[in-house]
Order: sequence, then C-alpha cells, then structure tokens
Amino acid sequence: MIKFNKFYTHFNIISLILVILSLILLTFKGLNYGIDFKGGTLIELRSSDNNINVSNLRDNLNQMDLGDVSVKKFGNDQDYLIKFENKNDSKNIIEEIRSNLDKSFGNNFDFRRVENVGPKVSAELLKSGVIAISVSLALMLIYIWIRFEWQFSLGAIIALFHDVIITLGLFSLLSLEINLSIIAAILTIVGYSMNDTVVIFDRVRENLRKYSDIKIFELTNISINETLSRTLITSITTLLALFSIFFFGGEILKGFSLAMIFGVIFGTYSSIYIANTVLVRLNVSQKTILKEEEKN
Amino acid sequence: MLYFSKLRIIFVSIFCLFFIFVASNNLLHQDSRFIDKKINLGLDLQGGSYLLLEIDNAPVIEQKLQNTSTLIRSFFKEKNIRISNLNLTNDKLSFSVEDNFKQQVIDEFKSQNSDINPYYPVFKSHQFNLEEVGGVFEVSFSNQGLVELKTSSQDQALEIVRRRIDEIGTNEPNILKRGNDRVLVELPGLDDPMRIKSLLGKTANLTFRFVSNDNQDSFGVEKLEYEDGSSEDFVSKRIILSGENLLDAQPRMNNQTNETVVSFTLDRVGAKRFGKATSSNIGRQLAIVLDGKIISAPVIRDTIAGGNGQISGGFTFQSATDLALLLRSGALPAPLNIIEERTVGPDLGQDSINAGMIALLIGFLLVIIYMFFKYKVFGFITNFTLIVNLIILLGVLTLFEATLTLPGIAGIILTVGMAVDANVLIFERIKEELKNEKNNIIAFDSGYTKSRTAILDANITTLLAAIILFFMGSGPIKGFSVTLGVGIFTTLFSVYFIARLLTAIYVSKNKDKEALI
Repeated sequence: MIKFNKFYTHFNIISLILVILSLILLTFKGLNYGIDFKGGTLIELRSSDNNINVSNLRDNLNQMDLGDVSVKKFGNDQDYLIKFENKNDSKNIIEEIRSNLDKSFGNNFDFRRVENVGPKVSAELLKSGVIAISVSLALMLIYIWIRFEWQFSLGAIIALFHDVIITLGLFSLLSLEINLSIIAAILTIVGYSMNDTVVIFDRVRENLRKYSDIKIFELTNISINETLSRTLITSITTLLALFSIFFFGGEILKGFSLAMIFGVIFGTYSSIYIANTVLVRLNVSQKTILKEEEKN
Repeated sequence: MLYFSKLRIIFVSIFCLFFIFVASNNLLHQDSRFIDKKINLGLDLQGGSYLLLEIDNAPVIEQKLQNTSTLIRSFFKEKNIRISNLNLTNDKLSFSVEDNFKQQVIDEFKSQNSDINPYYPVFKSHQFNLEEVGGVFEVSFSNQGLVELKTSSQDQALEIVRRRIDEIGTNEPNILKRGNDRVLVELPGLDDPMRIKSLLGKTANLTFRFVSNDNQDSFGVEKLEYEDGSSEDFVSKRIILSGENLLDAQPRMNNQTNETVVSFTLDRVGAKRFGKATSSNIGRQLAIVLDGKIISAPVIRDTIAGGNGQISGGFTFQSATDLALLLRSGALPAPLNIIEERTVGPDLGQDSINAGMIALLIGFLLVIIYMFFKYKVFGFITNFTLIVNLIILLGVLTLFEATLTLPGIAGIILTVGMAVDANVLIFERIKEELKNEKNNIIAFDSGYTKSRTAILDANITTLLAAIILFFMGSGPIKGFSVTLGVGIFTTLFSVYFIARLLTAIYVSKNKDKEALI
C-alpha cells in the first residue's frame, strides 16, 4: 500500500502555492483571449511560395493599418495564422488583404479559414462562457450535495476550483490562446475531475461504514489505494485518447487537447491530494455519515 | 447481475443490429430504401460560411415615428386640438398643446381602444408611451411596441435574405432567426462569401426622384452623392416611384450604346404613375437613387408609358446582375450588419476530417492495446464492447441527423478514452471481491452490484457538463456536447448490456477456473 497520506501536507502547500501563483498570473498577466472573446479577424492562409515567411508577411500587413497584427506559423510550414483587431471596420477588409498580398507576393495564397467576430458578439460569447463555467460548477455542487454530506461537497468543489484555476494559470503563463474550444475543455475537465473525485469519495464513504475504528487520515489512504488502479487506468486511457488528438488531430484541436491533458493530470492529482485532505481536515468520521443518514 | 433471460439477449441483439444498420447508412453513397438519414457534417468539416447578421433597427424606429407624427397631426386636427412644435429627436416625438386640451390628449393615448395608440386589446400594453416633461408631451415606443417592431422587421429581413440567397443558388442554405434582431445564415460549401456579403450588405432601397436644383420644391430637397463618387446633385424628397412597384428586373445589353443596363418592368400602379410623371416633366432629370446614392440621372426625353424602363450607370455585367437581383428580391426593412463571420475552405475541412479520423483511429488502437494488455480476456470483451459502443454512437447520431463537427470528433475520441472507465471500475471491483470470495459467480455478481453507484455518479457529472455545453455553446462546440452526451448513454448501455452479457457467458463457462481476471 502506497502511503499517500504521508505527503498530504506537502502537496497541500504546493497546491496552495500553485493556486496563488495562478491567481497572481491571472490578475496581472491575464489571459490571452482569442478573437472569439476579444473580437477581431483571423485568417488562416496557405502559401505555395517558399520565399514567404512570418516577417515579410507581417511587414506587408503592417502597411495596411489594421491595428495590432499578429502573424504566426500554424502547423505545416507554409500555413500562417494572421490575427488583427480590425479597427477600421471596413466591410471588404478580407478582399483588400487578399489583393494587397497578391500584389506584393504574386497570386499564391489560399485563404483556408476566415473568422471575423464583432465586439458585441465577442462580449456576448465571453459572458456566456463565464456563465457556462459558473453554472456547471454550481450544478456539480448541487449534485454532490444531494449525493454526499457537505464535507464531501466542500472537498470536491475545492478540488474543482483548484483544477480550473491552475489550468487557467498555466494558460496564462504559457500565453496560450483562450477561445470557445478552451471553454468546452474546461467544462469537460470539471466533469472529469468530479468523476474522479466521486469514485474515491464513494469508496471513502463505504469504508467509513465498514470500519468504525480507523481514523479518516488512514481511511482516505486505504480508499485511495483501493481505487488507485482504476484511477490510473482511466487516466491513462483518457490521456492516450487526448495525446492522439493532440498529435494527430490537426492544429485547430491543439489548444483544446492541451487544456484537457493539463486538466486530466490536475484532476487526477487533486482527487487524491486535495479532495481527500479536505475530509481529513474537517475530521470526517463514521458519525458524520451516520448522522446524515438518520436525518433521511 | 449476471443473469440474462433469452428474451433480453434477443432484445439486446436486435437493438445493436438496428444501430449498426443505421450507422452503416453513412457509408452508402446512395440513399438507403429504409432509412434515408445520415450524419451531417458541420461547416468546419465540409467547408462553408457562417454569417450572423444584425438588423440595425434605428432607421426603422425613426421612420415609424415619422409616420406617427403625421398621424398624430391629422388625428388631433380632426378633433380640433391644435398640436404645435411637433418634433422628432432621439427616438422621441415631442409636441405641445394648449393646457385645456391636455387631459383629452392623455385620454386618447391611454384609452384601451385608442386609435392613435393601438396594441392594448391584444398585448395588454400600448404601442407608445406618453410622458409629460416640462409641459411638453413626449411619445416613444413602449417595450411591447419595440418588440413588435423588431419582430416584424426581423420577419421581413429573413424573407428578403432568403430570396437573395435563393437567387444566387447556393446549395442548402440555412437561414434562421436569432434573438429578435438577428438573422443567422449558414452556407455549406461556400468558400468565398464575398458576393453574398456584398449582396446582404445592401438595403436596396430604390427610388426615382427628380433632380431639383431650385429650393422651391415643396417636399424639400437633399444633396446626394453619385454612386461613383464623381459629383453631387440636389434631389427632391418627393418619391415618384420606389422599388416596391417593380415586378421584374434583368441585366441587359443595350444594343445602341453597347452598355450593360438593368431593365425593369413596373406593376400597373407603378406604370401609371411613371407615365404620368414622365409625360409632364419632359426635359427634367430623373434621379435613380439606391440606398441614398444616385446611380444615374438621365434626362426624360419622352413619356414612358409601357411600364418598362432601363437603368444605366456604367455597370459591368456582374454589377448589373447583382443590382437586378437586389431589385427583384426587394428592399430590406433596415440595414444589416455582419457581426460574426466564420468561413472554412473545403480543403481545410477535408484536412480536418482526415486529421480527426487518424486521431480517432490511433487513439482507439492505443486504448484497445492497453486494455488488452491490462485485462487479457476481459480486455477483449471491453474492446469488443468499445467497438459496438462506437457504432451505436454513430447510429444514434445518424438517427437524430446530428451535425458532426471537429470538436464533435474530439468528443468521440474522448468518449473512447472514458468509455472504458465503467468497465475498469467493474473489473477492479471484481478483483477485490475475488480476494475474499472463492466463488467466481458470486464475486462477479457483487463486483457489478457494488460498482454501480460509482459508475452512475461518475457519468452523471460528465453528462451535466455536456448538457450545459449544449445549451450555452454554439456551432462546433454544440457538436462536441452532443457526441460527449450521447456517448455517455451508449457507453452505459454497452457496458451493462453487451459487456455484462459477454462476461456472464464467459464466467459461467469457466466458473471453476482460478484467477479468472
């Protein structure tokens, strides 16, 4: 049996530091919002000319007074991602860019994807993203509150916030783009992390009924060990699927799968080291669940 | 938990076969005779354009209030109440009356069967609010009035947008209302929405008005620019004829001038009016005004009586075709702004499909190999279940004609990764049970029973996340929530019916063997 409980305090401190660091990053560095949430225009283009590179593309576009322009390579060597604020609100800006590029570099561009999000829509998308995450956290809270005692709910929710905050912190640290699919990833992480926590909690509760003489500190450790192989196998198969999306699923899904990979790792870690330690710190015992059951 | 009746086995088999049959429909090129359903590919996979248009209702509100002001004037004139200082500013009509008429004006506006302020009998709210500010009456749209106005302009806009897009003839456009002032347009297979965008960007409000250089015109004049920006002219505000009177418009080649023109046919009322106006104004310039810009202002040389005419204005064949199309399909009630646009080229869509399929295949193989390595015989059962699960998932998506998007494919891959969880929970539990229980059948049975709550809990949490995504997400993200959510149900079905059935058969044949799992 692995002595997970030996490191409860250590990892709690590490997690606390990570959460604080993430919050600091989120407050001062902020998130790198994509055009979904910031508004602006995105163009993915493929060039058939090897002489074209990021810097001469950028120079060309900077002449056009588009506001803040970012040009990046996107996967394949000749694919580029261009993003700008689209301040001057011209209706035919895409056509203008196309003809400007054709004039400077010859006619060898393929506009593979064009997205244009107005300021009103982006504000709405951001709002609905925040609402979606809040509602999902609230629903999880309600669900686990119905299924378990409040100490367990608190543990699960703290673990959830831990996962979401650290994942976002990591996105801030690495300046990874936050777009609609990242919101989807975060919601899935919320579901996954909850899933992992609930399975261990289920076992903790079962063991609480079974053993009246074992302290919660030991009992959580027993429960973690009993469910450990399941936790690992599920995490591994999920990660196998996610890595496969990350490496083979194309550029568009990279951010999504990366967020999910972080989330699954944090989620697995937090169900062991965060959710359970909350039970220990709240000194949950057999009485806790018996009292609750008498009430019902 | 391990017992299966014959009837149930038959039921499960029929159920699986049905969905396998439905799913296989996607592989056929022609439509099946029994079920003509297929999974739709989202715009991000098949390529196409998504446009969200917002109706700018401000001009409509102003126009409606302008009409109302005329109405108010004549309405109270009949009742011998003198209205003075009638003004329209900031979406508010203001006017004043003599003090002894004030109460009467208020009564007219607040009456339940008011002629000047309708809607009350139907909506229990008037069309306009009347307020008295500093001795002056102010009339503005009530909430209900605004809702009605927006709904009606949205209905009209939807109709005109549909006509314009149908005229261009793209395949299977999807045109829907969003909110009460937006129209969503989805155009599958269209990789350059330039033309549609420019067609939808025009209100196409056509008027024929006389050029009137003297300021004596009783309707007032306004200064308008020419379409090509070359010069300006004063044009009367009096509208001789508007686009509503057009029956047809077509691009034509004028044989005499060798110029591309738009020829039009007027309806009876229009033809009469046009004939009258032209006959009495020979020698004057008639301006053809589109969306506040003069296309051309030819001099009237003769009476135009037949109701046929031509618009020239230095058109190319393309621009004449577009103008004719706009005139045929009618004017928008208000300008439309494109507030969101997402266009994916067909080759990127195909690349996404390929990448998604490769990722699915590799993810699937990795999971299968891992499970086989971990559980041997039971790994085989899990894998078989997983395959059936995937097929049923595709079958359900086909049956509902769901839209598959790139994130949707990611959802399927994720389902593959997480679907084994339920089986893992069961098998791990059985392993534990086997430590204390020598009888294989009892151990397997209680393994299934005891793991059930954890499995339900775990899946309900994921389902909750998927449901929220379904309601909050749009387009591609919705596709993700659909595959993730449906995946949970197919997973639970395949684990509890298919995997359990196979496990039951295997265990009952090997019940005396030791270390079964």
